[in-house]
Amino acid sequence: MEAYETFEYDVLVIGAGGAGLRAVIAAREAGCSVGVVCKSLLGKAHTVMAEGGVAAALGNMKSLDGQNEPDSWKVHLTDTFKGGAFLNNPRTVEIFAKEAPERVLELEQYGAVFDRTPEGLIAERPFGGHKYRRLNHVGDRTGLELIRTVQDKAVGVGMSVHMEVTLTRLLTEDGRVVGAFGYHRDNGKFVVFRAKAFVLATGGWGRMYKFTSNSWEGTGDGLQMAYNVGAELMDMEMIQFHPTGMAWPPGMRGILVTEGVRGEGGILKNNKGERFMFNPDYTPALYKGQFAETPEEAARWLDDKKANRRPPELLPRDVVARAIYKEVEAGRGTEHKAVYLDVTHRGAEYIKRKLPSMYEQFHALGAVDITKEPMEVYPTIHYTMGGVWAEPEGCATSVPGLFAAGEVAAGLHGANRLGGNSLSDILVFGKRAGEGAAAFAKTAKLGKIDNAQIEEELGVLMAPLSATTGESPYAIHSELQETMQNDCMIARTEEGLSRALAKVEELKARAKTLKVSGGTAFNPGWHAARDIRFMLATSEIIVRCALQRKESRGAQWRLDYPSLDAEWGKKNLIATKGSDRVNIVERPITPMTDEIKAIIEEYK
Amino acid sequence: MASKTITLRVFRGDDKGGELVEYKVETFENMVVLDAIHKIQAEQDSSLACRWNCKAAKCGSCSAEIDGKPALMCKTQVHDCAGDSITVTPLRTFPLVKDLVTDVSWNYRMAAKIPPLTPTKETAGKPFNMQQIDVDRVQEFRKCIECFLCQNVCHILRDHERTDAFFGPRQMVRIASLEMHPMDSLNRREQLKGEAGVGFCNITKCCTEVCPESIHITDNAIIPLKERVVDDYYDPVRKGLIAIGLIKKRNKAPLSSVPNDLTKIIS
Ligand SMILES: Cc1cc2nc3c(=O)[nH]c(=O)nc-3n(C[C@H](O)[C@H](O)[C@H](O)COP(=O)(O)OP(=O)(O)OC[C@H]3O[C@@H](n4cnc5c(N)ncnc54)[C@H](O)[C@@H]3O)c2cc1C
Ligand code: SF4
Ligand code: SF4
Ligand code: FES
Repeated sequence: MEAYETFEYDVLVIGAGGAGLRAVIAAREAGCSVGVVCKSLLGKAHTVMAEGGVAAALGNMKSLDGQNEPDSWKVHLTDTFKGGAFLNNPRTVEIFAKEAPERVLELEQYGAVFDRTPEGLIAERPFGGHKYRRLNHVGDRTGLELIRTVQDKAVGVGMSVHMEVTLTRLLTEDGRVVGAFGYHRDNGKFVVFRAKAFVLATGGWGRMYKFTSNSWEGTGDGLQMAYNVGAELMDMEMIQFHPTGMAWPPGMRGILVTEGVRGEGGILKNNKGERFMFNPDYTPALYKGQFAETPEEAARWLDDKKANRRPPELLPRDVVARAIYKEVEAGRGTEHKAVYLDVTHRGAEYIKRKLPSMYEQFHALGAVDITKEPMEVYPTIHYTMGGVWAEPEGCATSVPGLFAAGEVAAGLHGANRLGGNSLSDILVFGKRAGEGAAAFAKTAKLGKIDNAQIEEELGVLMAPLSATTGESPYAIHSELQETMQNDCMIARTEEGLSRALAKVEELKARAKTLKVSGGTAFNPGWHAARDIRFMLATSEIIVRCALQRKESRGAQWRLDYPSLDAEWGKKNLIATKGSDRVNIVERPITPMTDEIKAIIEEYK
Repeated sequence: MASKTITLRVFRGDDKGGELVEYKVETFENMVVLDAIHKIQAEQDSSLACRWNCKAAKCGSCSAEIDGKPALMCKTQVHDCAGDSITVTPLRTFPLVKDLVTDVSWNYRMAAKIPPLTPTKETAGKPFNMQQIDVDRVQEFRKCIECFLCQNVCHILRDHERTDAFFGPRQMVRIASLEMHPMDSLNRREQLKGEAGVGFCNITKCCTEVCPESIHITDNAIIPLKERVVDDYYDPVRKGLIAIGLIKKRNKAPLSSVPNDLTKIIS
């Protein structure tokens, strides 16, 4: 058997995005030794790319906006349920909305420097689906601020960082997770981690789509590792299409244009120059009467948020993404099958101050000056609401010893995530997962590593290097992206999804024999060979769940079942690994307490 | 721009040696160097190693030397490069791992030695009240994406290889962001003068020139830090006044090296 190194910790955190690093801090503060593993260098996870802000009801804008009521966790909770089309886990949302402000303020103590209000408080900006200005931000580079802050804090409390290590398998003893196995990306050496408890914070999976805002890391390995040891996955059909991805130039297609552009007054137009979000058909019943009904009112809102309603460009993401899709389908798109996003009316100085990295991104990479001309945008795959089910108190998954937080986990966002809610999600539940794992570790001993499991994984990993025939993982990946993009995107049908399923099955069969050149030292082709199997397995689950949910809700838009269905609204889909196939069952959502019901009634 | 074919000369090799290998790549409109590298990986040689994450100049992963000039590969347009051939080589200052990937872990180890923000007693645990103008400067420093391009060009590190004596411009920016934070209570000047080696910098400004975030590293971070150190340690009048107790050393208590052996960067 190949040699491998072994490391031991009380708690191993898998993933060094915001969720993972916040878990490190919590587990350390609980007195545990902590190791953390990430596929990139420290500080380069998806979290660094977040732009618009972190949602938490600090209520700092009350006097500026002349609100009658201060913003509060109750309003935030209500907005989150509405945005998620009530598929959210009630207790998860409650904890989230209550604890988010504390987690954001704590970042300030760790060293984060947010933009300020004239009163010297943290400035909050408006965002889709949030009733009040609630996105605490630093220009349009909030994610950088957040990850650097928790990174520095985690370094300060002490951890062992294993950078550029990819884990591919969780090792179990009698059903409990006791180890994790993987390889060093740089030199290809294998490594085993033993720990008393594990926190999974591996982020989302957008790479199976052609146009995505995700980096190469978003292949869903963490999700699959958990699934393979029996974890329950929930809401896997719910994938967020961010309404505004860059549509042009070709190399940039899919790269995110922050919702902050619309928050700062950006307007959407079709090729006829119409501001199509004012089309009343696009506003769902739940939001009727809550948004500006004329461009004049929307324009006044920029300076007077008290007397005017928000522009309809700030409806939740699923709503705006569908509208853009429909405009383009109806032939009202640009030459690059996109729509226009125009913020020029805010003036060059304001744009450069509030949206500096967007200005730079278009200027340097797209040769577009957004202070003078509109951007071309089209929905891009952005976020995964579904994932590993984790109970909200301590983030335990259904597998003993395994805790999950952040984008990889499910429960908070329901059928659609509101912008800004992810950055607060990773803080609130990153902390809870770290504490949950620490508490588990205190009562547990290190388990026994089963070499047979390692041997099996080694076989899977090494085969493509010694294969004499086989396909390139890149070729299979690009076919998968084509299929998911065409048949499992925004508008879904039985026919398209069935076609996608057949294709995924075919690709799975072909991916059994892959061939790559080179050795195990920093070899992207070899890495891709493992990643593609994870992506195929995840794609299959997404497609099967999308087929099963016969209704339209949040991100799941079925052309053949175009409306909400009250019965479907009462249940989540749970996917687990069967002996030879995916098991999907319907599970009723835990009912809301009367207190939560009353809050929603009051604030909706 | 019509698509045309260009030649990319990419360094391939590891610590045992290497060479420039030529690849023909068909371009598309607004193609960046990173796109070209990805195309080579997908179509010609999947074992070509490089780092990237955001592809939008936000994460600082894809640093390399393009026609000898240190830059982000995702921010450098192919058609901005002169001629029909582009040479891409790894950062020279750091030990080579493979192809375009270097071992930058030293930067993380130095960062771990810098004491973090430590709020003053009055502000600890409470929401900060700070005006925008008081944090503008700190926010400039916090734009740093840790691409380490500045570290790569600084001649103290690159030519004199004094990684033992100077933390480099990136960490100066980091220390400046803490020292100039309105709520911080520490004094990192002894560290600056000592192990961080601010005195080694002779203000050539090469670091500032390459910073993709346009941080005024030399003017806004290093020079003010040097002044603070000079104030405390070399200004004879100040020194005298401090000695006879007429003035105190600038606000905060000095702090020398804080060895952080808690955090280990294992690579
Ligand atoms: C462009 C962009 C803009 C965004 N803007 C916003 C915003 O304004 N507001 C907001 O709230 N949200 C935003 N989001 C979403 C938000 O950034 C993410 O959902 C969030 O950062 C996820 O954090 P995380 O810690 O769960 O995972 P990530 O930050 O994705 O980190 C995952 C970590 O797991 C590691 N990992 C993964 N697989 C493995 C493996 N097999 N072995 C070892 N390590 C592994 C990775 O290396 C990484 O360190 C944005 C996302 C993108 C892409
Ligand atoms: S100005 Fe100082 S830190 Fe910057 S490159 Fe020159 S010597 Fe190095
Ligand atoms: S200061 Fe600028 S050049 Fe240096 S690491 Fe930061 S972003 Fe890069
Ligand atoms: S890939 Fe992130 S900076 Fe280039």
